[in-house]
Amino acid sequence: MEALIASAIAVLVACGFYLVLRARTFPVIVGLALFSYAANLYIFSTGRLTSGMPPVLQKGVPLEAYADPLPQALILTAIVIGFAMTAFILVLAISGYVELGTDHLDAKEQSR
Amino acid sequence: MNNWIVIPILLPMLTALACALIPASKIAIQRTLSLAASLALVATGFFMISQTMSGEIFSYAMGSWSAPFGIVVVVDRLSAMMVALTSVVAFCVLAYASQGADKRGPYFHFLFQFQVLGICGAFLTGDIFNLFVFFEILLLASYNLLVYSGGKKRLKAGIHYVILNLVGSALFLIGVSTLYGITGTLNMADMAVQVAALGPEDQAILQAGALVLMVVFALKAALLPLYLWLPGVYSAATAPVAALFAVLTKVGVYAILRTSTLIFGPEAGVGADLIAPYLFPLALLTLFFGMVGAMGSHRLRHMTGYLIIASLGTMLASIGLFTEASISGALYYLVHSTLNMALFFLLIERVSAQRGPFTDEIRIGWKLTQPTLLGLIFFGVAVAAAGLPPFSGFLGKLLMLQAAIDEPGGFWMWAVILFTSLLGLIALSRVGTQVFWKGTEVNDARAEKVERTTALQAAPLVAILAILAAYSAFAGPVTEYTDEVAAQLLDPQQYIDAVMVEPAFFPDTGMSDDLRNKDH
Repeated sequence: MEALIASAIAVLVACGFYLVLRARTFPVIVGLALFSYAANLYIFSTGRLTSGMPPVLQKGVPLEAYADPLPQALILTAIVIGFAMTAFILVLAISGYVELGTDHLDAKEQSR
Repeated sequence: MNNWIVIPILLPMLTALACALIPASKIAIQRTLSLAASLALVATGFFMISQTMSGEIFSYAMGSWSAPFGIVVVVDRLSAMMVALTSVVAFCVLAYASQGADKRGPYFHFLFQFQVLGICGAFLTGDIFNLFVFFEILLLASYNLLVYSGGKKRLKAGIHYVILNLVGSALFLIGVSTLYGITGTLNMADMAVQVAALGPEDQAILQAGALVLMVVFALKAALLPLYLWLPGVYSAATAPVAALFAVLTKVGVYAILRTSTLIFGPEAGVGADLIAPYLFPLALLTLFFGMVGAMGSHRLRHMTGYLIIASLGTMLASIGLFTEASISGALYYLVHSTLNMALFFLLIERVSAQRGPFTDEIRIGWKLTQPTLLGLIFFGVAVAAAGLPPFSGFLGKLLMLQAAIDEPGGFWMWAVILFTSLLGLIALSRVGTQVFWKGTEVNDARAEKVERTTALQAAPLVAILAILAAYSAFAGPVTEYTDEVAAQLLDPQQYIDAVMVEPAFFPDTGMSDDLRNKDH
């Protein structure tokens, strides 16, 4: 399970970084989204991987039978912020495309 | 009760929301509200300084969820000083922007106050994830302020800036969650305690997490090689926005200073002195390349951006020595350079408005219509920025050089600071001759295109210059204060004791101890 999650995060980060380094806004935004998914999964994994465990401590129940609720709360915050940021950069990219006439990041091309 | 600590967060937030509700046609009300709130923030900032003067550290647990379980806001000498600095810059910039710059687009005051909220929050929070949230608030406000009033140049710079900072935010999350994974806490004071107790088996992952975090802070503080974004962004922004952005980079400096003294200080065991070996040489290189950039700039705005990079390099190099005297000198210089650079950006807009098609290009163009007023302000700014006596730039550099004299890197510090000061002087004299001294006469046809600087527009500029002069004149008491700030920073136990108070009520289940040890 750990190996699977770890390699999934690694693949997401690799794809995200590759796309972020592209020259056009659309792949870059997709890359940023992948990268933020990877970060969210990573946060989740820092609370240990458990399944079907309650996030509530009980006396007499060992700590291994307990899911850490904090990383989940952190992910929620990170998702909300990441969602807002993605929406913002999408709007910015679209208005950039309209205004600059190109979706090239350095606006180096002739306009359409 | 210490509820007053949240005033610098609540006040801008409520003002921003109120400004958003007032229609754009009633901008006078927005201005009054925004200025009044900024003035109140200045008062709060200095109240905080007076409260923390004695060395006491105040901590307020939000919603009475005591540390380390809830989020705390903490004000110590450093935080108080940074909040006061932010409030002064914000007030002067707002006074300037209220002369017309805030009408070029909607929601200026709303965005401005949110920017101030994010900056103050980042200075006050005692929780590292909350620091991330405040970073996002100040970034989102800065994205909007950067593209404020539109234009191709701003959009292009804006897209670059947003992408870069989104990558930075994702890295921030990775760094913070790595630290959470091994320490089991997000409270910075508690994290300091936990990091000190870590065994060597956790060293590698701790260092990885800490250095990822440092990359993010270095991006904010424009440390080499992560400074390339700064000149483009700062030169694209409108003048009041760029002036406020002068504080923005200081958030990165603050975060580096706070984490590297509190969490990764000398007492941190396996996490001790993680960034010191990188910070000092990188900061000196930043200073060098920043000044070379300033020399090579063709536009005043670009040059100011590079001067900011150089000043950040100077203060980070001094912080990188991690002695009481060197941090104190860096803090003295930090206040000076923030005010000075904010003033420079405002001045450039006034100068550009009188040069017609030449705007802020550094070449001989139209003669200024008000050469005495603008020239004198420029003279003050340039003397302060180049580090010539009697202004605070000189005193700050002197303090840092004195602090470095017996340190291992002292030679390099002296060599680079003195050499780059010469470069800065050359760059600024070139501006002085080409923009202010020489110039072609302005005839009647041109005179219509010239925008005169009104007394109300000049007032904030003169005010910042007067503050800088007073700051130099009262360097004695100020450096005594920054000495105390540095001493408090280098004794993180004070901060930890102030934050980690025993909760007034806590059911004695023994579970908090179990939780604490869950990973060990």
